[in-house]
Amino acid sequence: MSLQTNPRNEAPAKLSVQGVSKRYRTGGREVHALDNVSLEIGEGEFICLVGPSGCGKSTLLNIIAGLEVVDDGRLLTAGVPITGPGRDRMVMFQDAALFPWLDVMDNVLFGLKLKPGLSNTERIEVAQFYLQLVGLENFTKSYIHELSGGMKQRVALARALAPNPRVLLMDEPFAALDALTREQLYGDLQQIWQQHRKTIVFVTHNVREAVCLGDRVALFSPNPGRIREQFKIRLPRPRDISSIELARYAIDITAALKGEPRTAEEYAI
Amino acid sequence: MKHLLRVGLFFLLALMGWQALYLAKFWSPVLVPSPVSVGRYLYEAAIEGTLGDATLVTMRRLLLGYGFGIVLGLPLGLLTARFRIAKDTLGLVALGLQTLPSVCWVPLALLWFGQSETAMFFVVVMGTLWSMIIATDNGVRNVPPIYARAARTMGSSGLQLWLRVMLPASLPYIVSGMKQGWAFAWRSLMAAEIYVTILSGFGLGNLLHYGRELNAMDQVIGIMFVIIVIGLVADKILFSPGEKYLHRRWGTAK
Repeated sequence: MSLQTNPRNEAPAKLSVQGVSKRYRTGGREVHALDNVSLEIGEGEFICLVGPSGCGKSTLLNIIAGLEVVDDGRLLTAGVPITGPGRDRMVMFQDAALFPWLDVMDNVLFGLKLKPGLSNTERIEVAQFYLQLVGLENFTKSYIHELSGGMKQRVALARALAPNPRVLLMDEPFAALDALTREQLYGDLQQIWQQHRKTIVFVTHNVREAVCLGDRVALFSPNPGRIREQFKIRLPRPRDISSIELARYAIDITAALKGEPRTAEEYAI
Repeated sequence: MKHLLRVGLFFLLALMGWQALYLAKFWSPVLVPSPVSVGRYLYEAAIEGTLGDATLVTMRRLLLGYGFGIVLGLPLGLLTARFRIAKDTLGLVALGLQTLPSVCWVPLALLWFGQSETAMFFVVVMGTLWSMIIATDNGVRNVPPIYARAARTMGSSGLQLWLRVMLPASLPYIVSGMKQGWAFAWRSLMAAEIYVTILSGFGLGNLLHYGRELNAMDQVIGIMFVIIVIGLVADKILFSPGEKYLHRRWGTAK
């Protein structure tokens, strides 16, 4: 299978978050992680959720992933309510969370083996396709601990893409990587997204990263977790994280994050 | 090669030192026989077949009881890790009984099962089972929660999640539990064999015991030597490959 023959790509799905609230107790203290949060995410949109620690952005991602349940409100993917984890929504975590008892190939195959309607040969072909897509086709037999942090996240990306989800959820996947590797992955991720058109929800606390990747940036504020403001990023792709236009956006969003008056308002939604 | 030569030299010198002390009549020859006479005993017992038979009897008892303890302990450990009620009942029993040296089961086993193979089997199982349950339980509890979360997002759940994720993820703990279980089983079996004679077969512990009764120190030391060698071989054959595999996979090798 060559890079051109994309294994039957699923259409990206619309995501709808309607009045979601979530509270939980930690250390005897009640945290109001999300307070009546609503968000419409379009088909194939790349949205970044930004905010300080504890603002509920990761909680929202986990809820969309089906790993946590809401206290109030509802969520729909392509019009269907979310009741639990599902193959239509795959997750990439900050810790690659690859399984050390499996080699690279078997890690990518893990989710594929749970997907019905594929023969084993097809599964291996699909896994090879995505490993090639992330540039690791020569590492199929490697042990996980032999990979660098960036390579691990590439495997995690291949693993998340392989079952062909309609939504990709990414929880600070590049936060633990060095700057150089990170910049390379920004480029790769944008390219893959443009080719394969997934709806992507990307959580980060790095404003520049959010501006570099997102079509839209949703700024969260904590206690209680709410969406404070949203920004449309109208920059051509592929974007370079060190460009001046990108920095302007980042400066303004950072100012909004700190609650300072902004210098330019034209792209606030 | 040079390394092996050095190792060999160490053991040769130790044996020569022992023989020299014997010849110098440093100890009473009744209490400490010469390495030559120990070697002669081992050779004769091997030719005659008693040594081979006893080793077979002992190993059969050990492997049967140990295997059973592992096979039973693994699912029970998964159970205590999964269900709170199992943890608070069976888990507590396992924790308590693990502290009991398994040779303490010998009197009870004799009363229940008589001087039979079943009694030996029971003692070995008691030596293995509890540490296996605890190691498995502990292993599962130490699995990073992110593994289960990641697996669930890929559609894994229920039994599949336990067999394909929780179990392999806790392997490092399970293997060290198996090793500890082996040590307990081996010790308890030796103690039981020295303690009671079972007519259906004389194990190494029985030979050791009769060596003492006959004041045959060459036999006592010879059998002790065999027991040590079996322990070493078991470690090298049974556990070393598994541990090496885990270290390679998890990247924890030194």
